[in-house]
Amino acid sequence: MYRNDFVRQLNSPGGDRRPSRIMHIDIPLLLILMALCSIGLAVLYSASAESIFYVKRQATFMLIGLFAMIGIAQFQPRLWERWSIFIYVCGLLSLVAVLFFGVGAKGAQRWLDLGVTRFQPSELMKIAVPMTLASYLGKRHLPPRFKHVSIAVIATLIPVLLVARQPDLGTSLIIFSSGFFALFLAGLGKRYLLSTVLLAMAAVPTMWFYVMYDYQKQRVLTLLSPEQDKLGAGWNIMQSTTAIGSGGLSGKGWTQGTQSQLNFLPESHTDFIIAVLAEEFGLIGVLGMLALYLLLIGRCMIIALNAQSMFGRIMAGTISLTFFVYIFVNMGMVSGILPVVGAPLPFISYGGTAIVTLFLGFGILMAISTEPKRI
Amino acid sequence: MRDGAAFSDPARERIMFARRLLVTAVITVLLTALLIARYFDLQISRYEDFATQSNNNRVLVRPVAPSRGLIYDRHSKLIADNRPSYNLTIVPERSADLDKLLADLGEVISISERDIERFRKRLKQRRPFEKTNLRFNLSEEERAALAVNGHRLVGAETSARLKRFYPDGELFSHVVGYVGRINERESQTIEAVKYRGTDSIGKIGLEKFYEQNLLGEVGSEQVETNALGRVTRVLDKTGAKSGDNLTLYLDSQLQKVGHEAFKDKRGALVAIEIETGGILSMISAPSYDPNLFVSGISQKNYDSLLYSLDRPLFDRAVRGQYPPGSTIKPLFGLIALQHNIVTPSYKIKDNGYFYFKGIERPWRDHNFARGGHGDGVDMAKAIIESCNIYFYGLGVKTGIDLLSDYGMQFGLGSRTGIDLPSESSGIMPSRAWKKGSRGQSWFNGDTINTSIGQGFMLATPLQLAVMSARIASRGEVLTPKLVKAINGEEQPLLKAESDINISEKHWDYMHQAMQDVVHSSRGTARSISNGLTYKIAGKTGTAQAISIDAEDKYDSSKIAERQWDHALFIAFAPADDPKIAIGLIVENGEHGGSAAAPIARAVIDAYMQSNSPTTLVKR
Repeated sequence: MYRNDFVRQLNSPGGDRRPSRIMHIDIPLLLILMALCSIGLAVLYSASAESIFYVKRQATFMLIGLFAMIGIAQFQPRLWERWSIFIYVCGLLSLVAVLFFGVGAKGAQRWLDLGVTRFQPSELMKIAVPMTLASYLGKRHLPPRFKHVSIAVIATLIPVLLVARQPDLGTSLIIFSSGFFALFLAGLGKRYLLSTVLLAMAAVPTMWFYVMYDYQKQRVLTLLSPEQDKLGAGWNIMQSTTAIGSGGLSGKGWTQGTQSQLNFLPESHTDFIIAVLAEEFGLIGVLGMLALYLLLIGRCMIIALNAQSMFGRIMAGTISLTFFVYIFVNMGMVSGILPVVGAPLPFISYGGTAIVTLFLGFGILMAISTEPKRI
Repeated sequence: MRDGAAFSDPARERIMFARRLLVTAVITVLLTALLIARYFDLQISRYEDFATQSNNNRVLVRPVAPSRGLIYDRHSKLIADNRPSYNLTIVPERSADLDKLLADLGEVISISERDIERFRKRLKQRRPFEKTNLRFNLSEEERAALAVNGHRLVGAETSARLKRFYPDGELFSHVVGYVGRINERESQTIEAVKYRGTDSIGKIGLEKFYEQNLLGEVGSEQVETNALGRVTRVLDKTGAKSGDNLTLYLDSQLQKVGHEAFKDKRGALVAIEIETGGILSMISAPSYDPNLFVSGISQKNYDSLLYSLDRPLFDRAVRGQYPPGSTIKPLFGLIALQHNIVTPSYKIKDNGYFYFKGIERPWRDHNFARGGHGDGVDMAKAIIESCNIYFYGLGVKTGIDLLSDYGMQFGLGSRTGIDLPSESSGIMPSRAWKKGSRGQSWFNGDTINTSIGQGFMLATPLQLAVMSARIASRGEVLTPKLVKAINGEEQPLLKAESDINISEKHWDYMHQAMQDVVHSSRGTARSISNGLTYKIAGKTGTAQAISIDAEDKYDSSKIAERQWDHALFIAFAPADDPKIAIGLIVENGEHGGSAAAPIARAVIDAYMQSNSPTTLVKR
């Protein structure tokens, strides 16, 4: 029934006729994203020991992501609102399938082998959970009543626990926080907020003794005293803080970082890439990139404020906040104030699936941003 | 229709949302400020420290490899040792031109294409500034040559490390196993941190089973290096912790006697200390030299072992599965006595054939002269002379359910749980087993075959020894074990809570019958009784390697040697107060009494002479 929207817009006399509106592209968002991608490719080139191969692959994924984003933006938000529960159920079923038929490495089952390609359902859930919650809560009388809060909490916790079982604690925390943000933005009452904080405090010892694996505990211990684990994760943190610190104010120059170029820095092109940026471009580089990130988040929040529906508002707000969680967790972990969990830095770290997922999220934001005004 | 839409107030909801979003925006800014503070602290406040650390050449953390735990026999004789060996290692960061360095090295000592190819592979998996092996086991001359040319070989150095050495060569190879280089598949499953600085891992045998104990804990040292990368100062050192030492129940002397007794025969022997379940000797013949594998076996050597018709790499003692043949008779006899299916006075007439109602084709005794054992065959005689016809009837009367139930209790048909990897389980057939694996019902004919240890039935030499020990100990159920102590700390015995339920008088009867197998004038193993100062109880067995028609008599001259019957023997001694139990097989040895029993006697003799107490080696 929305098939004609595109045509209707073209013909509507009062409609916005700027090409960007017709193409459903949010120009500021697009510009910031392109700037981030360019910086990402430049840093990756340096971090991968000047490897054209990595840069090419990453650029390819970025292009795929860009097109996917623009494609997604063409669908009306109402369509996403309507289909979200279907996407959520599919995601949930494939998470269960991963438990039984999943493939992976080093004891973690995260992938479904579809023959032609591999598919990571937990990535899908990063979008499906906030979308479903936004759709569900957007239809309710807000702030949500107990019954609606309970349903939203359950809908969040099921995928969170399934992903934590894989085990992939990083992703499961991301899904959990996206569910929490959706509820918070929907006006979750103060009493619920207080009890969430209390519950989280109670959950820490439970997680420690019953849920977390030894290697995960080790990472937390490593954070407290990196010297204890010189040959393992502690080594990574010692090397990354040295790399960051030795960058100083203005850095050693592009491809001139000794720590990263001499291979002292582990995972320098994936999770620890911010250390390369900090070493080669100094604090100025770090601040510049943070500014770009904040601009992006700010633009997303404005989109959220101006959205036409409650679904759009909650969805856009949740995506921008989750995006910030990525940045905070990654930059905190590399600089040694958070434990090491596998968390890439958005648009900068090497990794195809993660990039495409990010673009898909921003595609939905663009759809929300360019939705024609309802009268 | 929207839920509650009639009462919803869009304007108020929008304001609420805007306020919430503002809260999150403020928190976002605050957390960003926290990040900036951290990066400011690292990059501005502590810039000097980090810049020095990164510029003034580097502070490196290097792993210190632990020394692998040693393995001793019960008399503290060392059977797996560590010896220094010298490798040529390279740190590419220190050499100006790696290709030139490799070429220069090639002029000083011999370095093959294959060495270089493997070296390049290793290079990809290492950490920066980590030494990477190029050549192993440098000779005295090679080390001297390298030392003389040291000045033009910057980046290369010889490094000493401990290498596994098995002083007894092929004597313990199947039990102890060997270590070898960590291969690609293993490197994906091991915890990389634990193996920093170590390049070998237990591949088979005890070396594999006790890998976690033997490995030890890696240490680390923080060193400062100069511009060339040479270590100038050790800043901090956390010592490595060497692996646990293992003391085995094994007795080198017994192992040696048994090994020699096999000469060039193929087969396996397992001797168990009845009191503890400890393995006194475990032999699989022929064997091989485990030292060949330690720093990489050559393809030629490996092929010759792998494709040898004698299959020296195959551990017959725990992996070989053979029909137990007549060695099963004492066990089945005990079951029949216990359940009153026959009494000791029950006798049959044996004329060489056993007919079962409804089946035209008779079962025969392939290994006995036509005409059978004659009149008055009771259980004792059937054991002593090994009469099949008696046991055919007894088996059918007892029924497969009892046979298989007790068989399992005596250790057949499932893994014994010994501390070795990849043990075979053998087969103790039952109705359920046949349904499950063949999809067929159980027939009486199957019971008849089973009653003389043929048909579907299979057992490992270890299982034969365990069965023998459980008969000797009157039903005590102990799990066999190789390791007696770890770092001098004795490991608990694994003993079942209750014994196998069989009356004393039946044990007495069967022990006497088994003693007569060796000591009476008609016993099938009478040949080994000459000059014995103590009593041995035993039971011989012969297992068909190929099937024979009822009409034909087995005739070794007509068939190839490798299809000759297997010879088996189980035994325990001293018969009146059993200390040692044995199970053994000689492949294609034909007769248990002549081929297998003498080997058992040699081992038992050695045990009776040496029986000295054990000592435990601590750290």
